[in-house]
Amino acid sequence: MSKGSPISPSLMATKSAGAPKAPERADRTADHAAVVTDLAAVSPVLGPNNVVPPTVMTGSQAIVRSLEELGVDDIFGLPGGAILPTYDPLMASSMNHVLVRHEQGAGHAAQGYAMVTGRVGVCIATSGPGATNLVTAIMDAHMDSVPLVTITGQVSSGVIGTDAFQEADIVGITMPITKHSFLVTDPNDIPHVMAEAFHLASTGRPGPVLVDVAKDAQQGQMTFSWPPKIDLPGYRPVTRGHNKQVREAAKLIAAASKPVLYVGGGVVKAHASAELRELAELTGAPVVTTLMARGVFPDSHPQHVGMPGMHGTVSAVTALQQSDLLITLGARFDDRVTGVLKTFAPHAKVIHADIDPAEISKNRAADVPIVGSVKEIIPELTEAIRSQFDASGTPDLTTWWAFLNNLKDTYPLGWTEPEDGLTAPQRVIERIGALTGPEGIYVAGVGQHQMWAAQFIKYERPHAWLNSGGAGTMGYAVPAAMGAKVGEPDRVVWAIDGDGCFQMTNQELATCAINKIPIKVAVINNSSLGMVRQWQTLFYEGRYSNTDLNTGHETVRIPDFVKLADAYGCASFRCERDEDIDATIQKALEINDRPVVIDFVVSPDSMVWPMVPAGVSNDQIQVARNMTPEWEEED
Amino acid sequence: MTRHTLSVLVEDKPGVLTRVASLFARRAFNINSLAVGPTEVPGMSRMTVVVDADGDLIEQVTKQLNKLVNVIKIVELTSESSVQRDHILVKVRADAATRLQVTQAADLFRASVVDVSTDSVVIEATGHPEKLSALLSVLEPFGIREIVQSGTLAVGRGSRSMSDRALRSA
Repeated sequence: MSKGSPISPSLMATKSAGAPKAPERADRTADHAAVVTDLAAVSPVLGPNNVVPPTVMTGSQAIVRSLEELGVDDIFGLPGGAILPTYDPLMASSMNHVLVRHEQGAGHAAQGYAMVTGRVGVCIATSGPGATNLVTAIMDAHMDSVPLVTITGQVSSGVIGTDAFQEADIVGITMPITKHSFLVTDPNDIPHVMAEAFHLASTGRPGPVLVDVAKDAQQGQMTFSWPPKIDLPGYRPVTRGHNKQVREAAKLIAAASKPVLYVGGGVVKAHASAELRELAELTGAPVVTTLMARGVFPDSHPQHVGMPGMHGTVSAVTALQQSDLLITLGARFDDRVTGVLKTFAPHAKVIHADIDPAEISKNRAADVPIVGSVKEIIPELTEAIRSQFDASGTPDLTTWWAFLNNLKDTYPLGWTEPEDGLTAPQRVIERIGALTGPEGIYVAGVGQHQMWAAQFIKYERPHAWLNSGGAGTMGYAVPAAMGAKVGEPDRVVWAIDGDGCFQMTNQELATCAINKIPIKVAVINNSSLGMVRQWQTLFYEGRYSNTDLNTGHETVRIPDFVKLADAYGCASFRCERDEDIDATIQKALEINDRPVVIDFVVSPDSMVWPMVPAGVSNDQIQVARNMTPEWEEED
Repeated sequence: MTRHTLSVLVEDKPGVLTRVASLFARRAFNINSLAVGPTEVPGMSRMTVVVDADGDLIEQVTKQLNKLVNVIKIVELTSESSVQRDHILVKVRADAATRLQVTQAADLFRASVVDVSTDSVVIEATGHPEKLSALLSVLEPFGIREIVQSGTLAVGRGSRSMSDRALRSA
């Protein structure tokens, strides 16, 4: 393995393909027993596994050395008292440390980095408030299964529990939102804890791992050697799907007349888009890609019927509702997708493949559960289906496709021009996507602009679309885009942000400008907390309680985003007319020596459609206000 | 709601009890009792968790527990296939006039008197939760001053050990 190459779920699976099967462990997987991949066949320690003979050093040197040995190239962080010892050897390291302006920015940057590279994102902060500022990013990574290792300084072990200066029980605080966490008080534990943290973050269902290191453990002497022994007897992720279940799934697929491939972010994490395409084309089934999976199946593919969920396309939402078989791959039946759960896809049987057994039958009972990595399961399923089709024939989906194509044609995504004469935000976003193209990376904040960016940019490849899906973290875009640009410096990286979101984390523009991280920020400025305002329009009789931000058209413009960006050393433009949109985007695309911020002044009245109002069935999807499509009742 | 007894083999690491307890809290699972202590294997602890949950939910509880990195193995112990015991210390009002009645009641339940003072006794009893609640209702008329009760402890019947297989495959 080359330096820095990660053991992602996919790589881990490939490498262990030839390994002998470990005994079945029915006790851990109860109703869907599966084969556990023999982790011992591959070194669970990330990185090149260079042999380092015992060397005496300090704990802080051991932290830095461990990161280097684990193949880390980039770190995002901000120092402080309790992590100071570690920042000293970091200065001499070949690793690139990006000094952020707020720890939350370090966390989201590490997430963005991980999302585009597939490698573990790393962030560092000090104890107390430094650590608690990371909490939002950790929770975000937990919800969206992002491999993240967070290193925090802690007060010296002797004063832990005394309410010492900048002491916070960050292990306790983050326990519900981490995959696992460690408190290190003995410097000799550092190498194996670091290796374990990276192993946990990057394998199985990826997630955030926190390593809290007491100051005296950083300062104390220890003997460093590499690679360390990983001792995690309770951690054995299943990667290989159970054969019998895969064959069972193939049978259902061969018998289904209205199948849908319901594809989630797990397929992106497993780097299984090529495998997915083969499966989709073999079955001929329609594909829906969730908010976390946009791009894993090309939007331009004729079998793609759109994004499902609260703001999904009519064709995608209806495909799921009317389906007789959901082929669920790395998705988790999130409430934004299902609407009222008991009315979701009422006629469908469910095949559910996921690396996390706890997701299976959590919200919707699975008829065929398959625990494992979709990187392994999808090709096995494709093979099983091929033999099933050979034996029993290829199902005829003509009627199903006629129904869905009719919906696609009748209810395409679109927008109405705002009545106030201001620019439609959807147009701005659509043009950014069109002029930048599918090789760009698009990072959204949370709200209306996020949904429009998911709808109106055409995604053709995985890892091109980043957003805060499960957590819904406003302020994600700018720092995550920064991290994405560090991970993929040769790609154009757009932060599609809202005026509300942008004001939460825009201090990282300083980080971008100073460290030559030329991201492009499109502030979709509707002068309000737009999604909240939309709900107030629809469900609170237009009573706009506390959603006006005064940043847009005919307001005091506090702050003036153009001046703000200028103060941060960014190129900055304001675009207020439809005819200037393309030229402004072009100007931004030509600037690559510093960040660019464009203040796109848009209408506050534009709304995200289609929409399934909260608390109702997906059958009540509205394509515009109070407009529900009519379709013939099927059987 | 059905009562389930889970035996959970865990690594004896700092915070493991918190991890298990907070998992139950944040997933809104109902713990009826929880008992934890060392095992025959150094570095391993065993928790007995009694949970009130219906069929689908107990599966979800088990799966979520399994996701905790420090959890090695979980088995559900049914009342037929296991021995389940609670332990109780109860302080009962007992003066010279009633002491004999109180100790006789204790004898009937094979409970023992472990402390005596002029106006009270402390009774220690072990048994299935139903037996202990029967004991308490017999003692109740005398005046119960304090009750201290352990969580349920449970062990599978027969010669097999829970840690055998878990540690062999670890």
